[in-house]
Amino acid sequence: MLTIEDLHVNIGDKPVLQGINLEIKKGETFILFGPNGSGKTSLLMALMGFSGYEVTRGRILFKGEDITQAPMYERARLGIGMSFQRPPTIHGLRTRHLVQMCSRKGKVNPELLAGRVNMTEFLDRDINAGFSGGEIKRSELLQLMAQQPELVLFDEPESGVDMENMQLVGKVARDVLDGNFNIAPDLSSDLTLKARKESTRTAGLIITHTGYILDYVNADRGQVLYKGHLCCEGRPRDILDHIRQHGYQECVRCMN
Amino acid sequence: MSTVDLSQFTFEGLNREAIDDLNTLSQEDKDQLLLAGVVADESMRSASYLQMDHSAVHCRSHDEGVEILDIKDALKKYDGLKEYYWTLVDRDKDEFTRAADGNLHGGYFIRVRAGAKIKDPIQSCLMLKAENVGQNVHNLVIIEEGAEAHIITGCSVAHGTKAGAHLGISEFFVKKNASLTFTMVHNWGESVAVRPRSAGVVEEGGKFLSNYVLLKAVKDLQMYPSITMNGANSVARFNSVVVAPRGSHLDLGNRVIMNAPGTRCEIIARTIATGGTIINRGHIGAHAVPSKGHLECQGLILGDGRIWAIPELDGTAEGVELSHEASVGKIAQDEIEYLMARGLDEAEATSTIVRGFLNTDIMGLPDRLQREIDKQIEELQASDAM
Repeated sequence: MLTIEDLHVNIGDKPVLQGINLEIKKGETFILFGPNGSGKTSLLMALMGFSGYEVTRGRILFKGEDITQAPMYERARLGIGMSFQRPPTIHGLRTRHLVQMCSRKGKVNPELLAGRVNMTEFLDRDINAGFSGGEIKRSELLQLMAQQPELVLFDEPESGVDMENMQLVGKVARDVLDGNFNIAPDLSSDLTLKARKESTRTAGLIITHTGYILDYVNADRGQVLYKGHLCCEGRPRDILDHIRQHGYQECVRCMN
Repeated sequence: MSTVDLSQFTFEGLNREAIDDLNTLSQEDKDQLLLAGVVADESMRSASYLQMDHSAVHCRSHDEGVEILDIKDALKKYDGLKEYYWTLVDRDKDEFTRAADGNLHGGYFIRVRAGAKIKDPIQSCLMLKAENVGQNVHNLVIIEEGAEAHIITGCSVAHGTKAGAHLGISEFFVKKNASLTFTMVHNWGESVAVRPRSAGVVEEGGKFLSNYVLLKAVKDLQMYPSITMNGANSVARFNSVVVAPRGSHLDLGNRVIMNAPGTRCEIIARTIATGGTIINRGHIGAHAVPSKGHLECQGLILGDGRIWAIPELDGTAEGVELSHEASVGKIAQDEIEYLMARGLDEAEATSTIVRGFLNTDIMGLPDRLQREIDKQIEELQASDAM
């Protein structure tokens, strides 16, 4: 689904990613660990195509297509969705309207989707205006549900979220990764229920600091990003336990 | 400051026949009225006033709580309205006030009787119909104690009329515990010069809420209405949405003077220059405590143009709380990219943000006027200007 080959990224003159190689398969959930400033967010921004993140070497393939230089909206339309950490407020743009615009595949029911993330009363408010940390996460998930991406990029789904909200955010994040967008399943196909479930799963690339999100989602693989390099691949739980015990210092040794 | 040569315009003799039924107007005139929020069938309106060139052609109330008159008739009926007429605006202020004083063509007198809560808006339109007409009007609004009303007033030029001058004096009196919502929509022409001179006074517990919308080109407009809050616990709020296409020169703003304890005010102006010039003034003076005022001037320059924001705060007592926020810039890149990450291309993202910026939902306008404004914004965006 997503293939990253020898990716080098600069912000201005400063290299932030130096030779990233990564493959995420269809429906697979991949967890990215790493200390502050290691380049995790930069990787997500570069994958989405934000201005200011310049690819100096390597390429990004999505569903076999080279999107290294593609504009953001093309990546989004191809099926990449992103949950923003600190989204901007847009005056006069109702959350409801944005949710409708997120769905290019056709009709969505904003009320129905909003009900699932407890955002009904926010539909007629300006997007992100005065939203708390937890409300931002819920609003981002609401937009992703409408967008129905095939790959979601989550930047720290647990940051700024209190325990009460975490449960809801975690559950809906899981729904999104399970491809459970409240769309009627295609019963005409010959696939078994299990196979159908597999085929609708959304791939995910999730950044986490605390690992709380692992309590909610089925993470398949994980890796540590350290100073612009990927290292230490393993099962996300194991990596998390390791970091908790030894910190990221181990990664330095591992790399050398 | 730009100047207007009044000698170019005809200030004499452009009198018009009375119009009993606004439905008999030509479709083009009716369309112009609608742009200004005025519906010809007068449905869902409690009173109507229409001024064309030098005559008040239609003046009717459908609600006993509302008295609406041609100002000339009101001056006769109420013995010159000495307590009100020219008491807030200085008749000797400038050549425009002197012109209106010396040669009055009309204007509305609206009085909402004490305690009357008027549900449907009162509508008025001041229209320039003849080419090169100069129009002098003087409007007077009195909202008596405990009364509530919404006045929608539009100014426009008839279809095909290009040049004109509109000089308008307006004086507002919001009495104790009364509430006035005043919505003004301007649809002038590319060669029209406009000089409103307005002032109001709000008494104890009174509310003055003003909405202003200008989306069409106007050659030269200068106005700086001033509201004085003389009563304790009174409230004033101003919302403006203004666009200056190429050829427009706008010098506008709001001034609020808080002279009593417990007063609150808010001035919010959102302006877009697409080639024209906007001087966006704002002034809040606080001279009693407690008092709280906030001033906001947000400006976007799209393409080219000039936006000059001049926010002023003047506090003269310990304990006043005044703040302002001003910005002049372009559409923020992070907003564009946020929407592009949802699949909108750059043009879609930009127009969505501009439409949001110009959003007038907060004004609580009647549906038909809101639809007209939305339509105008779409037309504006469809043109090359944005």
